Amino acid sequence: MRPVIHIFKREFSAYMVSPVAYIVISVFLIITGWFFFATFFLQNQASLRNFFSLLPLVFSFIVPAITMRLLSEEFSVGSYETLLTLPVTFSDVILGKFLAATGFTAVMLAPTLLYPLTVSALGTLDWGPVLGGYIGALLLGASFSAIGLLASSLTRNQIIAFIVGTAICFSLCLIDKMLFFLPQSLLGFFEYLGADFHFQNIAKGILDTRDILYFISVGFIGLYGAHLAMQEKC
Amino acid sequence: MIHVENLTRYYDDFCAVDGIHLNVQKGEILGLLGPNGAGKTTTLRMLTGYLQPSAGQIRVKDFTIGPDTLEIKKRIGYLPESAPLYHDMIVYDYLNYVADIRELNNEKKQFRIHELAQLCALSTVMHKTIGELSKGFKQRVGLAHALMNDPEILVLDEPTSGLDPNQIVEIREIIRKIGREKTIILSTHILSEAEATCDRIAIIHQGKIVADGSTQSIKQSAGRERTIYITLDNADFASVRQQLEAVGGIVRIEKLAPSDANFLDIKLSVSSDADIRKDIYQIIRQADWLLLEFHQETQTLEHIFRELTLEN
Repeated sequence: MRPVIHIFKREFSAYMVSPVAYIVISVFLIITGWFFFATFFLQNQASLRNFFSLLPLVFSFIVPAITMRLLSEEFSVGSYETLLTLPVTFSDVILGKFLAATGFTAVMLAPTLLYPLTVSALGTLDWGPVLGGYIGALLLGASFSAIGLLASSLTRNQIIAFIVGTAICFSLCLIDKMLFFLPQSLLGFFEYLGADFHFQNIAKGILDTRDILYFISVGFIGLYGAHLAMQEKC
Repeated sequence: MIHVENLTRYYDDFCAVDGIHLNVQKGEILGLLGPNGAGKTTTLRMLTGYLQPSAGQIRVKDFTIGPDTLEIKKRIGYLPESAPLYHDMIVYDYLNYVADIRELNNEKKQFRIHELAQLCALSTVMHKTIGELSKGFKQRVGLAHALMNDPEILVLDEPTSGLDPNQIVEIREIIRKIGREKTIILSTHILSEAEATCDRIAIIHQGKIVADGSTQSIKQSAGRERTIYITLDNADFASVRQQLEAVGGIVRIEKLAPSDANFLDIKLSVSSDADIRKDIYQIIRQADWLLLEFHQETQTLEHIFRELTLEN
């Protein structure tokens, strides 16, 4: 398992030295900051609910942008061959890269901790939902990273990896918003598939195992799919 | 050291490697020769555990590809064709990363990186990004990558392709230096290179091994036929032919289209082991012809290579 740490380190530092990473962070902060604070003072409520309700949609195109290069770039440059002939397994590679992307998502999220601090200075903030929201955001970031990694494992073209990843994440976010045409009996099932549904539950400050299990399952399916895609290549 | 049995690999319907048998002894330098698309790279990729064989078996020491791929990867250093490395990394960071994955401890790591920088002449570029390096330097970084854990077996895929003549000589010297203690398998389509660096050569064509052995033995097994060219003046073909037929060992006497109408160009195909040049010269001297040119050609590796690998 030790190679995981070294692959993680390499991928994470590759993120931190690349200008693209800072562009992605900037875009993320501008979008969330603008949409959150644009209506914040009108509502006159000391809560971060608007910020968290926006997060799944923003993540569904920001996270695939972070993960798109993870494997696609290796395929197109050819360094995939150099990497895999070192004494590492598929799982080492996938876990290392997944952890790096999740870690980078956490780094991206870190500056937004200033929002609850600002808000708590302006009124009385209920810290429970905020804590829940950040735990949910990490889970969401991790499961979307796994989906993004899966998309990246399918193609050597980073643009395609980005579009496929975004499409899957977007569908997961919106699926529970499009249930009006479905029969009553299927509602529960499809609602359960929605990432937004589970995320909002956690963001209310309720840590339910069903919600946590959902994100773990999505993450696992993504990583396992990437594993299968790599096996297919050899 | 390495035993390959009936190794086969299909890409969908296309058979890239077709039942290869190969044994490599410890300390041997084996050159895989073959035209483009013959299956050299696929063979090497299976040896290094990057591709799965469709059929057949590869054993490295006591390990088998499949169940013990990880153990084999620990013992093989591999330089893929055109050294694909992370372009955004600094050379030193990259070597450090490889050393970490190869599980070198901290003290040994610094020592080894320094040592490899000396061996591969990388000291001047240690702090440059790999993407900025020239092809020759990239290749040398790739070589350092392959040598990091001092592996028992070194696999190099076209180590000198795309390099200029000076760089080729440098890389070749490094390979020969390493090859004194290690088992090396390298692929190339430059014949002189294989002749210069390898103890043994295997020629691959359409996924099959068509010749295997030292350069000497390949040349011998390809037939001992030699060709002698003679240019004469003051002679006519009929009498020359009649006189030369007396010499044993000449299979065929042909008249070539002369470069100058006055001269007689003759090609003799010789099968015998004995050197008959003396006999021929004796005849020419006695017959009072004027000898202008006289030379003998033996089979070269190029000849054999072309014969073995030319599409029908």
